[in-house]
Amino acid sequence: MLVALAAVCALSLAVGANALPLSVVVDALTSYDPTNPDHLVVIEKRVPRTLVGLVAGAALGAAGTLMQGLTRNPLADPGLLGISAGASLFVVGAISFFGVSQVGGYVWFAFAGAAVAAAVVYGVASVGREGATPVKLALAGAAVTAALTSVVTAVLLVDRAALDLMRFWQVGSLAARGSTVVWQVLPFVVVGLVLALGLGRSLNGLALGDDVARGLGQDVTRTRVVAGIAIVLLCGAATAAVGPVAFVGLVVPHVARYVVGLDYRWVLPYAAVAAPVLLIGCDVIGRVVARPGELQVGVVTAVVGAPLFIALVRRGKTVSL
Amino acid sequence: MSAPVTVPHGVPDGADRPGVDVARASRHRGRVREARLVTGLSVALVVLAAVGLTLGDAAVPLSGILDTVLGRADVLTQFVVVELRLPRLLTALVVGAALGLSGALFQSIVRNPLASPDIIGITQSASAAGVVGVVVLGISGLALTGLVLAGSLVAAVAIYLLAWRGGVAGYRLVLIGIGVAALCMSVVSWVLTTSDVRDAQAALVWITGSLARSDWSTLNPLLVCFAVLVPLTAFLAPRLRSLELGDDAAAALGIRVERSRLLLILVAVGLAGSAVAVVGPVAFVALVAAPIARRTLGDGRLALVPAALVGALLVLGSDLVAQFAIPDVTLPVGVVTGIVGAPYLLWLLVRTNRSGRGG
Repeated sequence: MLVALAAVCALSLAVGANALPLSVVVDALTSYDPTNPDHLVVIEKRVPRTLVGLVAGAALGAAGTLMQGLTRNPLADPGLLGISAGASLFVVGAISFFGVSQVGGYVWFAFAGAAVAAAVVYGVASVGREGATPVKLALAGAAVTAALTSVVTAVLLVDRAALDLMRFWQVGSLAARGSTVVWQVLPFVVVGLVLALGLGRSLNGLALGDDVARGLGQDVTRTRVVAGIAIVLLCGAATAAVGPVAFVGLVVPHVARYVVGLDYRWVLPYAAVAAPVLLIGCDVIGRVVARPGELQVGVVTAVVGAPLFIALVRRGKTVSL
Repeated sequence: MSAPVTVPHGVPDGADRPGVDVARASRHRGRVREARLVTGLSVALVVLAAVGLTLGDAAVPLSGILDTVLGRADVLTQFVVVELRLPRLLTALVVGAALGLSGALFQSIVRNPLASPDIIGITQSASAAGVVGVVVLGISGLALTGLVLAGSLVAAVAIYLLAWRGGVAGYRLVLIGIGVAALCMSVVSWVLTTSDVRDAQAALVWITGSLARSDWSTLNPLLVCFAVLVPLTAFLAPRLRSLELGDDAAAALGIRVERSRLLLILVAVGLAGSAVAVVGPVAFVALVAAPIARRTLGDGRLALVPAALVGALLVLGSDLVAQFAIPDVTLPVGVVTGIVGAPYLLWLLVRTNRSGRGG
């Protein structure tokens, strides 16, 4: 998988709107010449783009795995459960009411929005006797998304400048994010990843049910709190960096579980590596199929991910993980 | 509701079969209550419609509207009322009624108060078709209506077929609808980025749902659809009542479950699709109309006519608020319904989950 990751990164550097020969790309990386426009394209556009894909992808993959493990729900995904919509709402508020126009400024708002939406969705879905079942979670997520989206639309309708900024963020894209964003979200992603990787054992316990996990001597509440913090950190950072990208967090954990089995100590790192492969791969596809323009990565992941989601739902038995 | 029912003496079959009588009495009370609700809603609609006709840039007094109805008004008043305001008013009424009905049908078919066209992907696919029509193809009017209607029907059939595994379970339909909705929304946001910001804003107004462009030419196809679909709904309503008892019970009552369900879904999609095609997806009307009607009736019966009336009232009222609440700012009607509907939706979620019916 690491080899695959290296391969897509190389592809991401080599493929783009300007058809550059491979030798130029290698030259740009080894002997960078700021006056050469081709080198500029590689260093200023493609390298940051690939880095953003790496960081955001790892965050989304780990967050999706955590969400699925925590809620014992195979359909959990930051995009589907309304967390991205929460981040969207707060980002739109930041743009429209506080005049924030730099992606770097979005980060904090995206965190706050992700945290609020996650709390609301999980809170609403876990009311009732049987707790947060997959269907309840998915419905709560869809409902919260619908509710938040209508507020976002209301704001955007009266504020054309905000719409102009927002529509490029909302679609989910790796383009034009710049390397500053990477450095801004990287600390959060690293902390989130460390927390997530430390949770592998506890998630294995949780997979057996709360009672069994408690019987095994685990502090279930602590696991949930730590996982919740990690999810918010990872989702917030990823969403702030690339915008709401659906389905990556959904698809990757299933692939990982298929390859390495059910042990979360293996699933988590595998998902964190596989997700950037998917994200950067989709980005490359988006750049290739729509030349000379490009298809944003959020659109490509939806086209790739939605059929898988539907296949999962059709397979019925996965609905209870 | 829980008051003891006194069985009147002298009723022929009441003495030895009290259960039948109680059921009959309760059904009768339900009918009376429904009739009262329908009357009340109709009166409210007429009042609101009259108020709506008088408001606007050119003030028309109530007497002027009466004159117009009687054909005695001057040309200008006649023009303002009949050509400018009446089509918008009628569009609001028909769209609201269609959305309310459609929501009621969906919620009963899936047996989940959350399963409205807003949640399960019908509105989103209509949005996607509409945005493609507005931004990419640059069409409007009848062509746009047709495209959106086709888009929502195709999506509905796709969702239904994908949810089919030897029968359609309600939850599978909802989940697959959510997946399709996510896909459609990503198409929408992609199209928005490819266009000029002005086009994007026009498309956004359309996505929100706006009555500003309604005139007789957009109203007529909607009226035709409505006139075809409402009798169909009335024809299918008894089957829906049986389906509400559960698939097995309905089958035992001699209902062909899957076929009835497919027909009902097609009618519901047709209603939602034709409404959305004309004004764009007005948020949450389909979701809230039926539960409001049901709760007002208080006995959990299927209430299609009240649901349609509540829908009409909602759209008409929201449109008046959107036009005149803030001076000099006219919002699309969907903004108002969205802001009113969103908190209601969350409340509904908590409530249904608490009573264990959320899924």
